[in-house]
Amino acid sequence: MATVNITINGRVVRAEKGEMLLDVIRREGIEIPATCAHKAVEAFGACRLCTVEITKDDWKGWKNYVTSCLYPVEAGLIVFTHSQPVIDLRKTLLDLQLARHPNTPLIQEMAAQYGVNKTSYEELPDADDCILCALCTRVCDTMGFAAISTVGRGHGKKVAPPLDQPPPACVGCLACAQVCPTNFIKFTQAGAHREIWGKAFDMITCTRCGKAVITKEFAENLSANRNIPREYFDVCDDCHRKELAGTMGRIANWNREEVTR
Amino acid sequence: MRIESPKQLAALRKDLLAKDKQTTKKLMVCCGPGCLANGAGKLVTEFRNTLKKKHIKGISVEILKETGCHGFCEQGPLVVIEPEGIFYTHVKPADVETIIEESLRHDYVIDGLLYTDHRTGERKRTYHDIDFYSKQTRIALRNLGKIDQYSIDDYIMHGGYQSMAKVLTSMTPDSVISEVKTSGLRGRGGAGFPAGKKWESCAKADDWPHYVVCNGDEGDPGAFMDRSIMEGDPHSVIEGMIICAFAVGARNGYIYVREEYPLAVQNLQLAIKQATDYGLIGEKILGTEFSFEIKVNRGAGAFVCGESSALMKSIAGEVGEPRAKYVRSVLKGLHDHPTVLNNVESYANIPVIIDKGGEWFAKIGTPKSTGTKAFSLVGKVRNTGLIEVPMGTTLREIIYDIGGGIQDDRPFKAVQTGGPSGGCLPDDKLDLPVDFDTLTDAYSMMGSGGMIIMDDRTCVVDVAKYFLKFLVDESCGKCTPCREGLYQLHALAQKISDGLGTEDDIVKMEKLSDVIIMGSLCGLGKSGPNPFVSTIRYFRDEYLAHIKDHKCPAGVCTALIRYDIIPEKCDGCMACIFACAVNAITGRKGKVHTINQDICTKCGACMAVCRRHAVEVS
Repeated sequence: MATVNITINGRVVRAEKGEMLLDVIRREGIEIPATCAHKAVEAFGACRLCTVEITKDDWKGWKNYVTSCLYPVEAGLIVFTHSQPVIDLRKTLLDLQLARHPNTPLIQEMAAQYGVNKTSYEELPDADDCILCALCTRVCDTMGFAAISTVGRGHGKKVAPPLDQPPPACVGCLACAQVCPTNFIKFTQAGAHREIWGKAFDMITCTRCGKAVITKEFAENLSANRNIPREYFDVCDDCHRKELAGTMGRIANWNREEVTR
Repeated sequence: MRIESPKQLAALRKDLLAKDKQTTKKLMVCCGPGCLANGAGKLVTEFRNTLKKKHIKGISVEILKETGCHGFCEQGPLVVIEPEGIFYTHVKPADVETIIEESLRHDYVIDGLLYTDHRTGERKRTYHDIDFYSKQTRIALRNLGKIDQYSIDDYIMHGGYQSMAKVLTSMTPDSVISEVKTSGLRGRGGAGFPAGKKWESCAKADDWPHYVVCNGDEGDPGAFMDRSIMEGDPHSVIEGMIICAFAVGARNGYIYVREEYPLAVQNLQLAIKQATDYGLIGEKILGTEFSFEIKVNRGAGAFVCGESSALMKSIAGEVGEPRAKYVRSVLKGLHDHPTVLNNVESYANIPVIIDKGGEWFAKIGTPKSTGTKAFSLVGKVRNTGLIEVPMGTTLREIIYDIGGGIQDDRPFKAVQTGGPSGGCLPDDKLDLPVDFDTLTDAYSMMGSGGMIIMDDRTCVVDVAKYFLKFLVDESCGKCTPCREGLYQLHALAQKISDGLGTEDDIVKMEKLSDVIIMGSLCGLGKSGPNPFVSTIRYFRDEYLAHIKDHKCPAGVCTALIRYDIIPEKCDGCMACIFACAVNAITGRKGKVHTINQDICTKCGACMAVCRRHAVEVS
């Protein structure tokens, strides 16, 4: 990959040609809000908060507003991450988000940073915390399960399993719940029993300490598709680590014995 | 039967023409969407049965043709008797017997079924005499009303697949592209991107395979141009696609048709089967080395899937959401491969361009918008229907000469072009020539060709509200400005329509519109606020009337109007009392009736039934 020079907020910065602008901006330590970007998944461009102003010397004063998460870097790009139109845009976007999610702490905090403490629009009466960033569905796709999806369109769009039934493809890995920025996706975990999206899972318990390790479905999927022996999941991570630590310790001690002898 | 060479195709056409000469008269029954809805299906059955029973010399069932949309939907169901072009309107099954006896057995014309010019009261014998037809130039719609929509033979007889044969045997991909470039054809889906340039970029892209996709997801309310072509002349779309595929080196093509067009799907599939049986689609077409296959994909009812990237995702089986197009779909489209996506009408133009040459096509229309454009004329215009005119024709010619003016001779108020995200143009823009750039400069757009005409009884706030609601529901919901912004914009429009708006709300709406336009991901969002932006530009006074005077000048917004009975005009016929669903009207027979405003829901039913025009809205 070729390295190119671009200008961000007046500072010349080196970047790989073709890498996404948002990554470069963040690497340079410039704070820029984004709710739908995550390094685990492909860029999506839904929240529009990472919009920046771009221009080039030969554009004759013409400028464009692009979502930096999706914009591939090219030589000679001049970027402004906090120009007035961009700030105004983010402010209105957060204002709109706050109207839809008046009680969601993440949105409240982000909006407050841009000076919006109360929405100027009509608040949604039955608001929930799902900001439709679609990180959950994209993580699920990336994991290779595609158990959940966005359903419907327009203002009534939501995240759901097919037909609102317990999703057959779900293996209970909890990736969706862990990636959710607003903790909207709920799950329960009690002993060797886990429940998410209305589907119940029995878990494999550690043969050494008895702790729940992983759902049976997930273990089978991983051993079938990722070339991990099924027995590996009979022992929990902690016990694996203990075993590894023990082995490492023995090796260290054995070396010392060698030396002293 | 498989046609193995262009020679065989020409021979087949010769046979068909010879056979056609044996019958003198032809009976064309319009089976377009409008006529079918008005009972054209029954008409066809009736004609078929009666023709079978009668034994008239030289007349058999063969002469009956179920054609695509003839265009003059207002007057449907339509029956045309060729070769003269005798034009019967509002034909009912009861008229079948008479038509066969009078006009087919003999040469009499039935006066009662002819079209009457509303201005002169004169009855017009053939459709060539009618302004609605004589002022049109038909290229994309050339075969509609002329050929049987179910017959590939009819299409071949009218010169179909000749252009394809010409391309496959005597042209190179480069020469096809240069011909299309010469023609200046711009995409008919709305954006108006030069088709030749698009084909060239795709042909040059060194990433295989290439795909050819046809966008038949025509979703604009009131638009049915593409539908009529797909239903009435599916082979012209297929031929256009084959020529495109040859030019860009594609082997697979897809036609994406919206769910709401089952007949289009059916006719396209039939056409593909017929063409495949003839060897015009498939392996080694006409004995050349070129192979091409076409599949029909059905949409699932989402308006946004007419957007190119969402359409391609939908074909690939993913959620139909647009993606950012910093890399164009002609380089990275369907399955991330170079893809040419054109609209139905664009493809339908291609065979003619190849046949008559790009230069011939470029002479029609204006220098920057060449050729013709099909429009569906709907709303408060007298002659609703499907038309095709050269680019550069003025709105006035379209609405008054072809459209016949406004219904009941009411004043014209606005014309909405370009679908939900287009714009409303007022009467001082009536002399604008209709082409891509002029409409854009007037803050509207060409769009796919829907044209909705409004009279003085249409409220622009209500129109803006309607289209905003449409877009709120039809936004894919992916990006925030479109999903949330349009929702709030609609809420504010509703507030004004309810008489609760303030002038600050208009400022707020204008600011919000700017953000939605600037921040949205795809074309739908970027043009989403247009119903508001264009109406506030040309009809600000009407918004202010709602806000300041709490009046809806057009008498539409229910919160701001009241219905009253004018005592002097009321003769106490009780028609309104029976029509009122909520029993808000009281009065006895022969006595003046009154409307109880507390109960009245302002539905307007009383006004609609009153023959003495005694109900007024204020």
